[in-house]
Amino acid sequence: MSDTPQTVADERIKSMSRLRTALIRPELGGIVGTVAVFTFFLLFAFDSGMFNAQGVMNWSVVSAQFMIIAVGACLLMIAGEFDLSVGSMIGFAGMMIAIFGVTLDWPMWMAIALTFVICILFGALNGYIVVRTGLPSFIVTLATLFILRGFTIFIPQTIERKTIIGGIREAAEGDWLAPLFGGKILTGVFQWLGNAGIIDVFERGSRKGQPVVDGIPMLIIWALLLVFVAHVLLTRTRFGNWIFASGGDADAARNSGVPVNKVKILMFMFTAFCATVFATCQVMEFGSAGADRGLLKEFEAIIAVVIGGALLTGGYGSVIGAALGALIFGVVQQGLFFAGVESSLFRVFLGVILLFAVILNTYIRRIITGER
Amino acid sequence: MCARPIVQMKNIEKHFGSVIALAGVSIDVNAGECHCLLGDNGAGKSTFIKTMSGVHKPTAGEIIFEGQPMDFTDPRDAIAAGIATVHQHLAMIPLMSVSRNFFMGNEPIKTLGFLRFFDHDYANRVTTEEMRQMGINLRGPDQAVGTLSGGERQTVAIARAVHFGAKVLILDEPTSALGVRQTSNVLATIDKVRKQGVAVVFITHNVRHALAVGDRFTVLNRGKTLGTAERGEITPEELQDLMAGGQELAELEGSLGGTV
Repeated sequence: MSDTPQTVADERIKSMSRLRTALIRPELGGIVGTVAVFTFFLLFAFDSGMFNAQGVMNWSVVSAQFMIIAVGACLLMIAGEFDLSVGSMIGFAGMMIAIFGVTLDWPMWMAIALTFVICILFGALNGYIVVRTGLPSFIVTLATLFILRGFTIFIPQTIERKTIIGGIREAAEGDWLAPLFGGKILTGVFQWLGNAGIIDVFERGSRKGQPVVDGIPMLIIWALLLVFVAHVLLTRTRFGNWIFASGGDADAARNSGVPVNKVKILMFMFTAFCATVFATCQVMEFGSAGADRGLLKEFEAIIAVVIGGALLTGGYGSVIGAALGALIFGVVQQGLFFAGVESSLFRVFLGVILLFAVILNTYIRRIITGER
Repeated sequence: MCARPIVQMKNIEKHFGSVIALAGVSIDVNAGECHCLLGDNGAGKSTFIKTMSGVHKPTAGEIIFEGQPMDFTDPRDAIAAGIATVHQHLAMIPLMSVSRNFFMGNEPIKTLGFLRFFDHDYANRVTTEEMRQMGINLRGPDQAVGTLSGGERQTVAIARAVHFGAKVLILDEPTSALGVRQTSNVLATIDKVRKQGVAVVFITHNVRHALAVGDRFTVLNRGKTLGTAERGEITPEELQDLMAGGQELAELEGSLGGTV
């Protein structure tokens, strides 16, 4: 027995075909979906204006919105938890900025900073309750969903006797922090493109001579930045390994010395951060905060993540995949509008694609873990 | 073989309320030996190794590690001292790659300016090398642990513990769920690790597995040590009898709800 038989791996494990190897990449579903969606709309809606400068900006902004919340939901799901309070958090954060910045007339940077602190604390509380009680995060954050939504309606009604607070854009004028969320960059480049006739300019009206797309909104920059940072964090750092381990098997991770509770709480805080970024960009764009903002966003984030190949059970997934999931969302939602299809069909599409994605993911999981 | 005991457990007792799980267990383990701990279900094997690995604090008795009395308050202390436990389950994460699993909790770091990254190149290289030494040829270090067989997973866990400096390796029934081939691979791994000077505590209730690699054999029954035998001093039949001798009593105690 002392002499080891030279174990040959091939004897036990059938060699994997190239297709199967490709299949277990979590981004695969997202890549295939993205190609399919673009092919479809290029064929059927090319002339609708969906692919001119304005159209591209239109679905890019919507996709970027999905992306921002999907990134948070993605890391959290890989760490093995859900956050159903994302949508309420978006409404709550927007309302807090309005109350601090407009009703109380504090400087906008202070309103934004304080809102971030409050929301991230709520995220930490979500995480703390989940790891301390061992309850499913589904239930804990469902409670937070209602609590935050309730406050988002109660607070402005009590103070202002209304549920929509406007005047945020005016209050943010001249502020140094607000443009980081509501501003646009590369405006000069777009003006030049407009002057050069590469993109359309307005023919008449008060903005005559200005390009139809006058810059890249910070929202898109935030989305790309978050995707990049989260992707590097997940795949290239020690902490990323801990995220996978915490979601893959919390007990095994603890046995190996991974601070699972800390990882999970931090991921809840990151999700709250993403929701607040979303909310801040949104109120800066709309100039108002409404108590019904962010409805159902938590589910849209989760669906984007699942389309992106993450497993609902945790421990497996990809930020790039989630970003592609968000892109699919944005393109389809706006594309149906451009193609003149009844927009309610978007929900049908969502349901169908979610079902497909989950079935595909379950199949992939079997391949990875060798279950039959 | 070095005769200096690296761990001595002296008259360990462990009570859970009114239940006496361990009523005075003593063993010592030498560096470079494989000490088999045999016992039927309920004999107190699990409680004993949990005491050794810092999960339980003994009610009475002494743990002497490298000549020093030790007082472990949690498993991290034991791991830091060099006592690693490989559990039958709860060791590997199937969805993660072999190299990510291998370095889980001990990730190698490569700094780039002020940023700190997971050094995948180093992790992959070391993992492949360690696995090859253990006789497992990986398709690639990024192969998911889920695709490995049960025996290979145990081997990865053992290699990992040794790589990170375990002096005492506690294996909790590593072969109980494995087939014949896989078992022989794990036993071969145990043999390799022992030759590197690591003290192995091999918990099993399979006499044949124990005799295949064991240097010494201690039989536990009803929370007590029935004695320790050297290799060659004892036949499989005698060991089997020792283990099974308390069978009826253990069953009786089980039916009274008094076992561990």
